[in-house]
Amino acid sequence: MDWLHILMPVAGVPIFWPGLVVLGFGVGIIGGFFGMGGAWMVTPALNILGFPMAFAIGTDVTHMAGKSLISTMRHAKFGNVDYRLGFIMMFGTIAGFEVGAQMIMWLERLGTINLYVRWTYVILLALIAWTVFADVTKRKRKEREALASGKKLDALATGLEWHKTLHKIKIPPMVTFKTAGVRCSAWLPITVAFCVGCMAGFLGIGGGLICMPALIYLIGCPTHIAVGTDLFNVAISGLYGAATYSYKGRTELVAALIMLAGAAVGAQIGTVATKYVKGYGIRIFFGVAVIGCGISIILKLISAAYINIKPVTDPFATVLILSVVSAMSLYILIAFVRGVRTERAQVRSQKVQASHA
Amino acid sequence: MPKLSNKLFGLLALLLFFPVQLLAEEGEHIVLVADTRNLHGLEAWWANLYNESHLAFALATVVIIPSCGAVLGLLADWGMSHLGIDLKKRALSEH
Repeated sequence: MDWLHILMPVAGVPIFWPGLVVLGFGVGIIGGFFGMGGAWMVTPALNILGFPMAFAIGTDVTHMAGKSLISTMRHAKFGNVDYRLGFIMMFGTIAGFEVGAQMIMWLERLGTINLYVRWTYVILLALIAWTVFADVTKRKRKEREALASGKKLDALATGLEWHKTLHKIKIPPMVTFKTAGVRCSAWLPITVAFCVGCMAGFLGIGGGLICMPALIYLIGCPTHIAVGTDLFNVAISGLYGAATYSYKGRTELVAALIMLAGAAVGAQIGTVATKYVKGYGIRIFFGVAVIGCGISIILKLISAAYINIKPVTDPFATVLILSVVSAMSLYILIAFVRGVRTERAQVRSQKVQASHA
Repeated sequence: MPKLSNKLFGLLALLLFFPVQLLAEEGEHIVLVADTRNLHGLEAWWANLYNESHLAFALATVVIIPSCGAVLGLLADWGMSHLGIDLKKRALSEH
């Protein structure tokens, strides 16, 4: 079965290439749907497939740049991208990304990279999952209260409204983002983007995992606009990330291109699927995916601390992360197929009605 | 809200600045060299490029990845346009 493995020319490790294609396809679907590069799943998965951690991060960021570009092109056609917001955030993200990437290089020299990256992942994922579910719970409570008083909750109403507090900061220049429907100080998206960039560079992710909830909860974007704008930002920061990690000699382009082949199809499916799913549906499944990823990383931490149970926890972590990717991809794929079928049936019935008239 | 925001900013500060504390400790630069002995053709050229100049390697990566992404994206887009659905409008919002 040697043909199923390909020797990576730079990293020098043999890698199971069908795993890369499937991973690219699955994460492409998830990335296009949730508005992120999906690196939070890819980095641990590449590490599990056999890449050293620094190479896993660099390769992941590189493949993400290409994949996010594909998703952004598709989201732009739906009108989901606020370019003005994306451009402003780009500066903060790039500056922050460099700070984060430098931290990784220092940690690599100290030999503690795996531990710090994984612990930071866990804390961050826990924080994001909590935010998402607190938001969903609060919105449901608002919905019940509105129903009890005989009113209907506004379709754009959200649970957590931290952005309203942040919009009260009126440091000039004030900027209006028409597509997102937001007016705030330009320093708000720049600051948010800098923090997102720092974490993205440190964790080797494009920033979508942090940027998508940040756009929703801190800046106040509707979910679909957050998804599209975020992907635009991820594509730019991913490209910068690819440059900086390549310059540091920690990327494997062959693996990134193999993954990109699967991701090209997956990203289209994931992006078009957002057309058929409500904003809060996207948020809930985002939270579920984050929890799955968090648990798998905790298992890796446990196996690092207790070597004797490593033979049990390591395979379990692998199975879990691949199950999360598969389950999420399957859910989105089903939503896509159902949506396409319904829309085509509607188009056919409209044609029949038109021909009768 | 102030309590929550304090906690969030505290956590963020911890996440951002804890690794910086480690900077005081000095570590060795790790230099990696690609083993080209068993590589041929494009793979050998690519690995040699990596060994000779990280700058050229980075520039090539930055050109190749978005170019391949754009080509593959256009191909997938073309395939998607044959599904018979509207690929320019979206009706659903938050709720």
